[in-house]
Amino acid sequence: MLKLENVSFSAQTENGESVEIIDNINLEIDDGDFVVITGPNGGGKSTLARLIMGIEQPTSGRIYYKGIDITNLPVNERAALGIGYAFQQPARFKGLTVRSLISLAHGSELPENECCSYLTRVGLCSMDYLNREVDTSLSGGEVKRIEIATLMARDLGLAIFDEPEAGIDLWSFSMLVESFKQMAKAGDKTIIIISHQERLMSIADEIIVIADGKLTKRGPSSEIFTELIGEFNKGCSFRGENDEEN
Amino acid sequence: MKKIDIKDFGMLNKIADLYELPKEGAFNIRLNSQSAARQNSKNVEIISKTDKSGIDIKVKSNTKGEKIHIPVVINESGIEEVVYNDFYIGDNCDIEIVAGCGIHNDGCNTSRHDGVHAFHIGKNSKVSYTEKHYADGENTGKKIMNPETVVNVGENSECIMEMIQIGGLDSTFRNTVASLKDGAKLVITERLMTDNDQRADSDMTVNLDGFDSSAQIISRSVGKGNSVQVFKPNAIGNNACKAHIQCDSIIMDKAKISSVPEITANHPDAMLIHEAAIGRINNDQLLKLMTLGIAEEDAQDVIIQGFLK
Repeated sequence: MLKLENVSFSAQTENGESVEIIDNINLEIDDGDFVVITGPNGGGKSTLARLIMGIEQPTSGRIYYKGIDITNLPVNERAALGIGYAFQQPARFKGLTVRSLISLAHGSELPENECCSYLTRVGLCSMDYLNREVDTSLSGGEVKRIEIATLMARDLGLAIFDEPEAGIDLWSFSMLVESFKQMAKAGDKTIIIISHQERLMSIADEIIVIADGKLTKRGPSSEIFTELIGEFNKGCSFRGENDEEN
Repeated sequence: MKKIDIKDFGMLNKIADLYELPKEGAFNIRLNSQSAARQNSKNVEIISKTDKSGIDIKVKSNTKGEKIHIPVVINESGIEEVVYNDFYIGDNCDIEIVAGCGIHNDGCNTSRHDGVHAFHIGKNSKVSYTEKHYADGENTGKKIMNPETVVNVGENSECIMEMIQIGGLDSTFRNTVASLKDGAKLVITERLMTDNDQRADSDMTVNLDGFDSSAQIISRSVGKGNSVQVFKPNAIGNNACKAHIQCDSIIMDKAKISSVPEITANHPDAMLIHEAAIGRINNDQLLKLMTLGIAEEDAQDVIIQGFLK
């Protein structure tokens, strides 16, 4: 189980003011659950994910994973416990090939066919990519899919994907949705996806809404998704008027 | 003739990937200023120079698929030498040359190898050249290499050069001058690592004299400790040609790196580009590797090894 207890995170602005980005969040996610975290831009979703991975340290509160207090553990030690994070904007590496990166993720040199299978699952034609460097010669969408493949290559207990849909074309996205479905079906890992994508929300067990640094809603995907659509229609006069006309 | 000891293969392996004497192909292994082993092949003849130290390597036209090894090892402290190696490569060849120099200096005297290589490449040939430089030793004796390389690439020939300094050299001054004929292509990849109080200078001048000639110069370096690196590549377009210079350096600790790429166009159809960047290891790269379970120091090594690979 992943447990966040009174977790807050504040950051300093350029003017030296303190801004509360995550505001006293309490959250428990059971092993094997498939959760989508959604909410408005700037609401604190990515920060929450980064706090779980250890990329940011909470200002106050504790984080537990499988009963272990991981609040003060560095990123690599959390990774060793089986936590993985796919960055929203993945790093690029001069000189490091796709195959090396996926092998590093796996923890040992991967045979070509296994490496290829991970790339295929994210919609990349593997033979074209294996020996390419993960540098600026790759497009944003390509590097994003390789990032997701690095999580698939790991033996994880908790996989966090930060907006996996961003920069990915429609066709590859369909394949990605299928891969997430399979991952969820296997049920061996907890999956947290930060997303605005309704197709991802619709296949999740649960949806959590984070807004203004607070957890504002949580429930089964079917319920929350309908509520969110309703709120959107209410909040958007243009769509509301159109709907009435129709 | 000096005999090669089994322990010499430790160094030969590092600089030329040799575990044993090559079964096929021509080679000359220079050990402590003397030729320790040599073999000619049907198409490649290696001849000792009579007027100065060094060898002539003559490759017949139409030689294909042959690998030539000419590594140098110095493991006696205090040897200082200037060696002249001239390569005469005929037309329509496709060959690979593995050079490399290793200094092991456990003494307190300076060991120095200044290798002057001149390549004369004929027409329609392809030459791959790899040169790895490495030094180690526990004592105060300096380890120095000053390679000088002259490359003349003939019409429609291609020369691919990899020049690697793995580490351990106190001082190196590298000077490379290349001239390209019509349709000739040159790719130089330079990879260099310095640490402690080491210093490395690399000057490179590529004269693109021929019509449709092209050059690509990639320089990647890592500076650690108090080391100093200075790069001065210059591509001179004297005809309709293309050249791209790319210098990238990772700077660590208290190192100092200076990158001075220069491009000179003496012809309106010369297309020349230079790019240079110096910076610390990117924090996003470190974080990504740490999220894979790799500790920060090991992650730095992975990034550096990949960068210099």
